[in-house]
Amino acid sequence: MRKDKVKSKKIKQDILILFLILFITIIVILSFPDKKEKIITNGWNFFVEMILILPAVMILTGLFNVFISKENIVKYLGKTAGLKAIMFGIIMGSLPTGPLYVAFPLAAALLKKGARISCIIAFLSAWACIKIPQEMVEIQFLGIKFMALRLILTIIFVIIMGLIIEKLIERREINANI
Amino acid sequence: MNKTTIFINAFALLCLIVAFLRDKEKTRQAIKIAVKSFVRILPTIIIIIMLIGLLMGLVPQKHISKIIGEQAGIMGVFIVAIMGTFLHIPSLISFPLAASLLKNGASLTSVAVFITTLTMIGIVTLPLEIKILGKKMAILRNLLSFIIAIIIGIIIGAIL
Repeated sequence: MRKDKVKSKKIKQDILILFLILFITIIVILSFPDKKEKIITNGWNFFVEMILILPAVMILTGLFNVFISKENIVKYLGKTAGLKAIMFGIIMGSLPTGPLYVAFPLAAALLKKGARISCIIAFLSAWACIKIPQEMVEIQFLGIKFMALRLILTIIFVIIMGLIIEKLIERREINANI
Repeated sequence: MNKTTIFINAFALLCLIVAFLRDKEKTRQAIKIAVKSFVRILPTIIIIIMLIGLLMGLVPQKHISKIIGEQAGIMGVFIVAIMGTFLHIPSLISFPLAASLLKNGASLTSVAVFITTLTMIGIVTLPLEIKILGKKMAILRNLLSFIIAIIIGIIIGAIL
């Protein structure tokens, strides 16, 4: 219930900002009529590009949300070990199943179950920045080369980061925290 | 409509059909979630798109490229990294924003760093992350993410 209230407040806030920006845009267009065409065509082009893919992106996110339960993620991630576990953490994290703050309790539960720290870091980072529908939007706007290279580099460095953090944090520190 | 648009829509449709054949009730639920999140994100999208229009219409290319373009060097990269760290906008919308910056003289490195810090680092969610996962782990993850975002951006700029 409380969450719903926060959400509706957030929407109201967004709409308020929307009108503010609309107001500013109108004023700018009225005071610089020569810029009018450039502002409107640019905005419109981006809007069309976005609106053509957004419903598809949302449907994919919704499907993943419903068909892959959080219990399943915990179950499967708890089972694997080694480098396979890290890769698995990345794959699990990249499924679009909600915002980052949903992943923190999952990560804590997995750590409690004995998952490797590197695996959890990979999982959290993938959850934060690798999402399958998002990658598609990235292709749309920045091209497949950019997206592919950024994805590969992100995976490599997230694994390295996981291993570094694992070296720096002692197991018992984690257990004391959670 | 370009190829990517067609592919994404076809893929979503295919998934929807498969899901519907497997479990009607769950699929209905998924569509409900999709509609809800669509409505929720729409105002933000329109805000960002108007900002993009204003940005491209008003700010001359040479200003953008001076701050975050090729000649801005490491300082420009640092500026976008900080921006990405503190801004709290959905990553979905960061892509058109990044594309508009790129068109207007920002460097590939800046754009890659911006998207990476924006998604990987969450200042807004940091207190929660600390509470749930502990101070050391949360701070290390966010700090190292900042560093690797810059490294990733520099490599992308060098290759592409």
